[in-house]
Amino acid sequence: MNGGGWSRFNIASVTAGFAFLYLPIVLLIIYSFNASRLVTVWAGFSTQWYVTLWHNQALLDAAWVTLRVGLVSATAATVLGTMAALALTRYTRFRGRLLFSGMVFAPLVMPEVITGLSLLLLFVALGVDRGMMTVTLAHITFSMCFVAVVVQSRLLTFDRSLEEAAMDLGATPVKTFFAITLPVIAPAIISGWMLAFTLSLDDLVIASFTSGPGATTLPMKIYSQVRLGVTPEINAICTILIAIVATGVLIASVVNKRREVQRRRDEQAAQRT
Amino acid sequence: MAVKSLNSIRRNFSPWTDPAAKPYIQFENVTKQFGDFTAVNNLSLTIYEREFYALLGASGCGKSTLLRMLAGFDEPTSGRILLDGQDLRGVPPHKRPVNMMFQSYALFPHMTVEKNIAFGLKQEGMASADIAKRVAEMLKLVKLEQFAKRKPHQLSGGQRQRVALARSVAKRPKVLLLDEPLGALDKKLREETQFELMDLQQDLGLTFVVVTHDQEEAMTMADRIAILDKGEVMQVATPQEIYEAPGSRFVANFVGSMNLFEGEVTRRDETSADIQIGPDLLIRTVNPGNSERKAGVNYAVRPEKIRVSSKKPEETGVNSAQGEIFDIAYLGDVTNYNVKLDDGRIVKATVINSNRLAEDPLTWGDRAWISFKPDAGIVLTR
Ligand SMILES: Nc1ncnc2c1ncn2[C@@H]1O[C@H](COP(=O)(O)OP(=O)(O)O)[C@@H](O)[C@H]1O
Ligand SMILES: [Mg+2]
Repeated sequence: MNGGGWSRFNIASVTAGFAFLYLPIVLLIIYSFNASRLVTVWAGFSTQWYVTLWHNQALLDAAWVTLRVGLVSATAATVLGTMAALALTRYTRFRGRLLFSGMVFAPLVMPEVITGLSLLLLFVALGVDRGMMTVTLAHITFSMCFVAVVVQSRLLTFDRSLEEAAMDLGATPVKTFFAITLPVIAPAIISGWMLAFTLSLDDLVIASFTSGPGATTLPMKIYSQVRLGVTPEINAICTILIAIVATGVLIASVVNKRREVQRRRDEQAAQRT
Repeated sequence: MAVKSLNSIRRNFSPWTDPAAKPYIQFENVTKQFGDFTAVNNLSLTIYEREFYALLGASGCGKSTLLRMLAGFDEPTSGRILLDGQDLRGVPPHKRPVNMMFQSYALFPHMTVEKNIAFGLKQEGMASADIAKRVAEMLKLVKLEQFAKRKPHQLSGGQRQRVALARSVAKRPKVLLLDEPLGALDKKLREETQFELMDLQQDLGLTFVVVTHDQEEAMTMADRIAILDKGEVMQVATPQEIYEAPGSRFVANFVGSMNLFEGEVTRRDETSADIQIGPDLLIRTVNPGNSERKAGVNYAVRPEKIRVSSKKPEETGVNSAQGEIFDIAYLGDVTNYNVKLDDGRIVKATVINSNRLAEDPLTWGDRAWISFKPDAGIVLTR
């Protein structure tokens, strides 16, 4: 190993760090394949909990609710968040801009309990029946500002002359937005959507405040079951969730990496011609 | 009088001398302010159809702002801009018959070269067969046929610049605005492209307004040059007039290098004037100018119009002085001398090396004479 390489200390600290991060998850995955119902006793390999999971209608329903809430809220939050980001970067001189940006970004640092409670109060005051719709609305509210942050940071480096060039060539402002601006900032919008979706998937606090009967999300379901004792079924569904998220992250990073490599190669090739 | 034959040597085209010619683009007392800062100050310009017009000035003097107002991205704070007689105020960029080639090229990164060029044509609602034909034509024009399917990041700087050019001329706009079009190219490619641009402008019969901070580029390409400083026009003239008959000290110093001798007019008539520069140098010029001013005038003479010699000129007393060689820069084609006159003045002289071996070798510290002809320079009163 060369100079700045792997001293024993480095190896030890990296190992400790990774163990700290991933040991719990590894344990969870291993025990999801445990033949025994007892969580702490290993009794051989089995996939039976995945089979029982498949027949646990309540858990499946919760997963389905979570998925729908996630898709709808992430999409709506992406539209609203992108619009907010555009307003904040493009119209820098309107009155009350500072207040507006403060208000858009406040939920980022607001304790979830407060967000949840205030939304609950609002829904009660309006007399809205709590259910899937209220959870979805609540998720839109708090994830929209995350989208706004992601999209805004992209827009700050966006070259406005691209839009001017499009209009110069005869495109109306609306056409310019859809043909030029949107495609160019699309990667940021997609990451915004993914962020919003993930936030919605794993939200427990706000969902607990704003959901009602018949709209139990997966995190709520898992949490309530765990209070009665951890079952291997929970381990199984968590393993599935982990697999989905890991696959997503893996695909995203591989695609990104490929694109990056391709880009660099193209640029080098272009310099030679 | 001396300005007698200072016409454009590039082509026989000079509508600005014809009072009946109709102006095509007019800036009328245009002012543009950004907050408290005045980027363009009460500026008026007239550009004729099919003219190759250059805006030349240091960085930050408001050149891009002028183009942006013409393209419609910025509106003047006051004053009007007319195109073919029509006031452009309030006309949005996508409705103006001008196209711009951007300083940064502004190629659409998510589109291929082909799609970039076709973009403007699509907005016009041109039939797709015609679009394909026009795009092929444009690709051929800028010699990028085999790069049609590439994305901008897969191209070199020079190729990107050509795509930007093709995209902006594809619609055959009446006016093409070029903002430092060759700024990012290396010297050789620049020179080639300058001639390509001139051919293109001739062939398509377009009006070009090109912004540049490179005087050589402006001199090469333009029919007329407007020299700008701090948002104001200093002079508008043909390259030759700008060089040989600058209207002010600013223009004289800005374009090329110049010797300025400050002195007092001691005699003046219709065809000549005497200017006393210090005690030792009397200048007699056949370009007296038309100002009555006497004290504090400048005599401006270009270095290449000054002779340097170790021998005494035949006629001494006027237009000659003695000094010593202070600095020499040998550049191959020419040699630049700085001669320190006996009164301490430094005079720049450029000698063309028309022979391989110098007949009159001069070196540092040698005594030398400088001299020039009566029509070598002009009198500047501003
Ligand atoms: N949108 C703007 N806001 C404030 N100042 C500007 C803006 N655009 C240009 N300026 C200022 O106006 C001056 C002229 O700019 P520009 O026309 O771009 O100069 P150049 O001659 O280099 O093209 C510069 O000092 C620049 O800082
Ligand atoms: Mg500029």
